[in-house]
Amino acid sequence: MISVQEADFNLSIQYDMLRAKDNTDGAIVTFIGLVRDFNQGHDVTGLFLEHYPAMTAKSLEKISVRAKERFKVNQLDIIHRVGQLALGDQIVYVGVSSPHREEAFACAQFVMDYLKKEAPFWKKETRKEQQQDVWVETNKKDKEALKKWQ
Amino acid sequence: MIKVLFFGRLRELLDCSQLEIKNFEQGTVAQLRIELANKGTQWAEFIAGNNALAAVNQEMVEETSMINSGDEVAFFPPVTGG
Repeated sequence: MISVQEADFNLSIQYDMLRAKDNTDGAIVTFIGLVRDFNQGHDVTGLFLEHYPAMTAKSLEKISVRAKERFKVNQLDIIHRVGQLALGDQIVYVGVSSPHREEAFACAQFVMDYLKKEAPFWKKETRKEQQQDVWVETNKKDKEALKKWQ
Repeated sequence: MIKVLFFGRLRELLDCSQLEIKNFEQGTVAQLRIELANKGTQWAEFIAGNNALAAVNQEMVEETSMINSGDEVAFFPPVTGG
C-alpha cells in the first residue's frame, strides 16, 4: 500500500494491516519520521511539505518495486504526508513484514534512503529566528546514504 | 507543445509554477534548459546551472534525454522529503 496524504495516520491501524493473513511472517518492522524541533542549526516551529502530485506516488511505487525485488518481504507499506505540519507531527511511515528480521530491517532502511534521495517532496521550515519560511537544503548524510546499497 | 512545471524553491524564485512552450517539437533536456535560461537572470542561474533536477513524464532524466511534443517536463531542487 502506498499513500500520499494530508491526513495523519495511526500506527496501530497500520500494524494490524501488516499482520500476516497467513503465518509466514516472523518479523514486522515499522519506521515513522517526525517533525523535529531542531534542524541544520535552526529552531524549527513547523513545516510545509510541497510535492509533485503526478510524480510522487509513481516514485514511491518504483522504490517499493525495487525494495521487493531486493529483499524477501511479504508486505511493504509507505505513507507520506504533505501540507502544513506542526512540531512532533508524523511525516512518513514505512512498514515491512517478512519471514526474517534482517530482511525487514534492511528493507525499511533501503526504502527511507531512496525516498530521501528520489521522491519529489520539498520541506519549507518555519524557524524561530527568521521572519520568512526557509526551504530546507539536502544534507550530505542523505546524499551518501545510498552508497551502502550499491 | 510541451508543459513545463517548477517546484519548491525554484517555483518561488522564478515566480512561476507552470508554463507552456507552444513551438517545441523535439529536443534534449539540455536544449530546453538553454531555451528557458534565455528568459532572464534568475532562470539562467537555476535552470542552466546545476541547481535544478529534471523529470520528463514524471521520471527523473539525464541531460541527453529526449523531450517530445506532448510531454510534461518538470524542474525542481534536490528533494528533501522523509
